[in-house]
Amino acid sequence: MNSEVKYLSELKRGQNGVIDSFTDYELSLKLLEMGCIPGEKIEVIRIAPLGDPIAISITGYMLSLRKEEAATVRVRIG
Amino acid sequence: MARKLKIALVGNPNSGKSSVFNGLTGLNQKVANFPGVTVDKKMGFATLSDNEGNQIQAEYIDLPGTYSLYPKSPEEKLPFQILCDPSNESHPDLTIVVADGTNLKRNLFLCSQVIDLKIPVILVINMMDLVRYKKIEIDFHRLSLRLGIPVIPMNARTHEGVKELKKAIVQPLHVPDNDFIDVRVFSPVVVDTIRNVVHVNSNYNAFLVANNLDLITAFEIHQWKRDKIQAACKDHFFDSQQMQARETLERYKIITGIMNDCVVTPNTPIQKSISYKIDSLLTHRVWGYFIFLTILFVIFQAIFSWASYPMDLIDTSFQMLSSFIRNNLPKGLINDLIVGGVLAGLNGIVVFVPQIALLFFFIAILEDTGYMARVSFIMDRLLRKFGLNGKSLIPLISSVACAVPAIMSTRTIQNWKERLITIMVTPLMSCSARLPVYTLLIALIIPKDYVYGVNLQGLVLMMLYLIGFVAAVGVAWVMKHFIKTRERSFFVMELPMYRVPRWSSIGLHIVEKVKIFLFDAGKVIITISIILWVLSSFGPSGTFDKIEQKYSSVEYTRILPQEEIERKIQTEKLESSYAGLLGHVIEPIIKPLGFDWKIGIALITSFAAREVFVGTMSTIYSVGDTNSSKHTLKEKMQSEVNPITGGPRYTFAVGLALMLFYAFAMQCMSTVATVYRETKRIRYPLIQIFYMSGMAYLASLIAYQIFKP
Repeated sequence: MNSEVKYLSELKRGQNGVIDSFTDYELSLKLLEMGCIPGEKIEVIRIAPLGDPIAISITGYMLSLRKEEAATVRVRIG
Repeated sequence: MARKLKIALVGNPNSGKSSVFNGLTGLNQKVANFPGVTVDKKMGFATLSDNEGNQIQAEYIDLPGTYSLYPKSPEEKLPFQILCDPSNESHPDLTIVVADGTNLKRNLFLCSQVIDLKIPVILVINMMDLVRYKKIEIDFHRLSLRLGIPVIPMNARTHEGVKELKKAIVQPLHVPDNDFIDVRVFSPVVVDTIRNVVHVNSNYNAFLVANNLDLITAFEIHQWKRDKIQAACKDHFFDSQQMQARETLERYKIITGIMNDCVVTPNTPIQKSISYKIDSLLTHRVWGYFIFLTILFVIFQAIFSWASYPMDLIDTSFQMLSSFIRNNLPKGLINDLIVGGVLAGLNGIVVFVPQIALLFFFIAILEDTGYMARVSFIMDRLLRKFGLNGKSLIPLISSVACAVPAIMSTRTIQNWKERLITIMVTPLMSCSARLPVYTLLIALIIPKDYVYGVNLQGLVLMMLYLIGFVAAVGVAWVMKHFIKTRERSFFVMELPMYRVPRWSSIGLHIVEKVKIFLFDAGKVIITISIILWVLSSFGPSGTFDKIEQKYSSVEYTRILPQEEIERKIQTEKLESSYAGLLGHVIEPIIKPLGFDWKIGIALITSFAAREVFVGTMSTIYSVGDTNSSKHTLKEKMQSEVNPITGGPRYTFAVGLALMLFYAFAMQCMSTVATVYRETKRIRYPLIQIFYMSGMAYLASLIAYQIFKP
């Protein structure tokens, strides 16, 4: 498969991908229970006016997280 | 015989759990305290009857919203402690899991955890109106079979499904035979060890105990039990985080299967939803902030203008009641105590109710519609720099009306550090109780002039409000570096869909908050007000008699009218009362600020509430009723001479110092009581009193020393 892995914080508005893995164990537990499971589709829906936090769509709902938190999520694109 | 049934409601935040709770209990609710935690225990009661006509006394408890049984915030510890400890006094016989039907996958996660605790569970699938609107199809029968528990579709807003839920509640309790997932395989020895040592109902419960050993103090396990469990965990390399991750993944794997089997969700992108379109406006880089400011403007206009009518009414009623009692009860100590102590204190509490009710009305609307989450979203970046949170803004701005409801509203901030900082700096915002003080002092020292068409007095007033805000943000920034917390700060937050507010829930919410304020804060305020009354009504033995004797002599009674003598007696009594003596005692301390003992008395009495300043001043300057003759109080204060300089007592420097003192000092018993109630630690209100008084003193000192002639 020809895919590229990026951090969620690097994605632009409207870009989507599939959750690949996490770099922060403690935070990943919180994200996991919120439904952010590896293999789940994820899309950046909105970026706050000051560039941070961001809003993503996951399993059909909107979740907002700070950019530094998004930087711990690896996303496979394409 | 009526059977008793303890029922706990759990669910994700924004799942409409409170509406279900309200639908089940109606007005029959009360708020109690959980011992030792800052969380309110919301309970409700109802009588049901089962198929044979036997009565069942149902006791509902509404637990704080949570996404899982792994606590991430103080509020989330509660569902864990109640559900996972069979010896907890609130441990339920039956659990109702409320799920948002539009978001079933994530909601089933918590449900599956509760199922594995082997407590009988009923799953309520709420928000059916939205489920239908979004054309999501759910096969309830199949879902019920797969989960092994009753499933009730519901729209709590319209009471759809409430009857069916009540019917399900009275059915014989039973627990699903199979585990949702088998956690014993993750670490058999640890699970078995715990089940041997502690009384728990299921393998999963034992597994959760192993994961939250530090929370187990509440379990009252003996030390050897804890040691034994810890040893087992260590020997078998039980890594809590890894276990939690494995469990979560395993659960979601099965939930995904169930979802594919029972639920059909049309693949509509979020960008097509109405919420997305509303967000395009409300989180817009220009309009978003503009609309937020407009909403705030409307709220404060409403709080100041609408609340003033009931507040005036309350004041007048209390005045009438006071004068009625004063004139109709036999004169004496009891009379004075009721009027000057109890009634004055009660008045000071009840008068805040309209503002509190209105403020919570608006805040509840903002919360309930989902707008508050958006405010956090657009403000978080800015406020984070100061150790605050996007959600800190509403409390900060609310406290322009009153710090008490503002501090109560900080509960929406999940992060403890950010919440604590918000609580600590909120009273620095200039509240409405400072307004009468400011008004009097500004009239005293600022000329009624216009500079470039701007009203000078109004400008000074605005500056005082601005100083309060700058101080709050500045102190927050300082505290950010001092307050340590082991808890990690997460901002991971759901942005719920916009919804029409549920008016009945909002009504119940307001009643609940007002009750908490009246009873909890009320107790403290009444006490302090009685203490103050005692201090200002009594003096060292004999002194009061001497004053009365002095004025009963012929030289006074002949020249002065009876009223004038009464006033003089009162003034002198106040000066030689314990409060007056205290004023003299602190005079050396406040002299560098330009204050004398008279102001000292006002400072002491203002400790209960700032607005007492005006009342105390008028007693000291013997002008009687202030409301009808504020003008004369101002004149009397203006004509007061400073015995040392020979000039006026209230110079610009003294007035300014006094205003700054009131801007910064923590002079409000209600706030102190509320901070104590919300933090459950005496140290936080103490720190607050200390640092705010320090700031007040310094600011006054600097102002007076710079501007004194």
